[in-house]
Amino acid sequence: MAGAEFKTPELSEFIEVPKLVEGTMEHITCFVAKPDHQEALGFPGEKVENWKEVAIDKMGDLLSRYRSFQVFMDACVKCGSCTDKCHYFLGTQDPKNMPVGRQDLLRKVYRRYFTFAGKYFPKLVGAEDLTEEIIDDWYSYFHQCSQCRRCSVFCPYGIDTAEISMAAREILDSIGVGQKYCNEIIGKVHKIGNNLGLPGPAIENTLEGLEEDVYDETEVAVKYPLDVKGADILLVTPSADFFAEPHVDGLIGYGKVFHEAGVSWTLSTTASEAGNFGMFIGSYENMRRVSLRIRQAALELGVKRIVFGECGHAWRIAYSFLNTLAGPFDFLDPDYPVPQHICEFTLNEIEKGTLELDKSENDEMSITFHDSCNVARASRMGDKPGGQFEIPRKVIKAVVNNYHDMEWDTIHERTYCCGGGGGILTDDLMEVRVKGAKPRMSAFKNVMEEKGVTHLAAICAICKSQFTKVFPYYGMDMFQIVSVHQLVSNAIVMNRKTPPEEAPGYGEDDDEE
Amino acid sequence: MSSVYALLFILATLVLVLGLARKIVQYAKTPAPLKIPTTPAPVTRSGVVMRLFREVVLFESLFKSTKWTWIFSWMFHMGLFLVLARHVRYFIDPVWLPIELIQPFGKYAAFAMIAGLAGLLIRRIFVDRVRYISAPSDYLWLLLLLVIGMSGAMMTFVIHTDVVAVKQFFTGFWTLSGGNLPMDPILLVHLTLVAVLMLLLPFSKLLHIPGVFFSPTRNQVDNPREKRHLVEWARKLEDS
Repeated sequence: MAGAEFKTPELSEFIEVPKLVEGTMEHITCFVAKPDHQEALGFPGEKVENWKEVAIDKMGDLLSRYRSFQVFMDACVKCGSCTDKCHYFLGTQDPKNMPVGRQDLLRKVYRRYFTFAGKYFPKLVGAEDLTEEIIDDWYSYFHQCSQCRRCSVFCPYGIDTAEISMAAREILDSIGVGQKYCNEIIGKVHKIGNNLGLPGPAIENTLEGLEEDVYDETEVAVKYPLDVKGADILLVTPSADFFAEPHVDGLIGYGKVFHEAGVSWTLSTTASEAGNFGMFIGSYENMRRVSLRIRQAALELGVKRIVFGECGHAWRIAYSFLNTLAGPFDFLDPDYPVPQHICEFTLNEIEKGTLELDKSENDEMSITFHDSCNVARASRMGDKPGGQFEIPRKVIKAVVNNYHDMEWDTIHERTYCCGGGGGILTDDLMEVRVKGAKPRMSAFKNVMEEKGVTHLAAICAICKSQFTKVFPYYGMDMFQIVSVHQLVSNAIVMNRKTPPEEAPGYGEDDDEE
Repeated sequence: MSSVYALLFILATLVLVLGLARKIVQYAKTPAPLKIPTTPAPVTRSGVVMRLFREVVLFESLFKSTKWTWIFSWMFHMGLFLVLARHVRYFIDPVWLPIELIQPFGKYAAFAMIAGLAGLLIRRIFVDRVRYISAPSDYLWLLLLLVIGMSGAMMTFVIHTDVVAVKQFFTGFWTLSGGNLPMDPILLVHLTLVAVLMLLLPFSKLLHIPGVFFSPTRNQVDNPREKRHLVEWARKLEDS
């Protein structure tokens, strides 16, 4: 349970495939959702009496609604291609953390109840009755998957464990055994509008503070507008951007870019969250409900474009699902993709020449870029496949002088997850997070030693929070993680000066003058 | 005895065809509500066709993953493909030219097939990760295919059977002219196991054959921003 002691893995020069050790992570269990968290999302409050029937019915329901789930349950030939690809396996040696090992926890039950071979020859094909122990295994191991999709890159049939862990979590929710972390957060979004439960006035306050800070630093009144009707751009960003470090430095950067680009933009109190934990629990209905807030805000504010801030799983949902869940967006300006990523926006401005950038402002750092898993393997930026790798790197290289990539087999589509994505970013799963970060930490450490890299830049709120927490376990400094738009923010030269009467706080109190 | 085999193969063919058709219809009918291609993914239909071609013919993803598994499984599958193509001559008369042309390749492809299967079996036994995920059926499939391959190669290279009679027997299926199967033990083992394979295929992991074509992570076009993707059950949520 939470806070249990564990040993941080030692980093090696190469990412080695470890020997199997059964049961190393069996003890992991995260807090179970309370009845009111469950019920707010339309799930039973507590574990239902007839859980076995309900679970099997739910599995049947999902098999009939998701081709991915049906095909993935059938198609695996146990070739072993995925077995050494998961960062959680590499960090824990637990065979149930091998992608196929994790899938089989569900597949053995699928075979028992839904296939001829499993019904009549269960031993032969490894089919098993659904028992209390299997439910416990599901709860433990399907909360040790960050839905990063690395396994799906290497599977000859494209089997994606993310899809299977989403299905498993949905089955668990349907019998009343949900995860507190995800379900409580989704409840907050439904009720308040963001994962952190920040009410409108708190956001307003934070943004005013940012305006003052940026003015103090630059003597330019950069606006961080909230709920401005008629603005051109609605910015939807993870709520961590409002106060967490280094996220907030990214938000400052977006504001500066918009300012220099001369566009009007706004944030929204009701759509003050880019993240959508509905995906983590596999619930289309919840994911849709969360997404509709963004549509609603765009309609109410009368914006022409939607831009998303730096967030990984959020960008997957924004890029891949938003049009499905909350479209069509025919009321927005058809000249721009809906939605756009902030990196697409910024690179476009850089290429147009609207931004003056002074790279030397970042000279005390040497940067490498962490491809966030869901951006890399579940989305795109720009027009061409792979734009999701090129565009953030182009933005970074436009604002820093010192840049080095990590090893080729740890970036782009082969990138390792930070270890905290997909509903794992909770203190009660710290052991999973630390051990799961091992491959990424190894690659980062190597590029630090070989190329003198000092900082890791990321475009995901979860990655940023995760690295802040996990770096110290591996002897690194928590400030070594930076936002990409923090680098932009450092380098951008503010040329659109402000007349004094537009300065924040002008005429309110002049005590300091 | 020949009529027992005739019945067995009629039954096996029916089970194979109907069983596979049932699964293909199921896969085709089950909706894929969200766009989930593993990216970078093709942005056009023709790009997707190329991606599936590389996946099915070259085993692209497996190649990225582990070279040993790739070599063994590619040898096995390509060997099997040539061997099967070669076998077409036992079912048609006159024999099509392409089938004539591949005869010598199909003959030796049996060795690639057997070597590939042996490699996969050894890997399954000795790599701890693969051993852990293996059920008895996973070994049995490899053994079944190995015995089929070896018995077939035996007849080609060591103890010949009367292939003219075998051809008469199988062409007799469509022409209803009948024919007698030679009662060679190796041939009977070979044919029995092939029938077993045909009977079990639609109920097994061999469903990866149709499955790969229906895998949404591989067969979807990456164009969610340009084109709205909505399935029927999701549309109903919008109406309510």
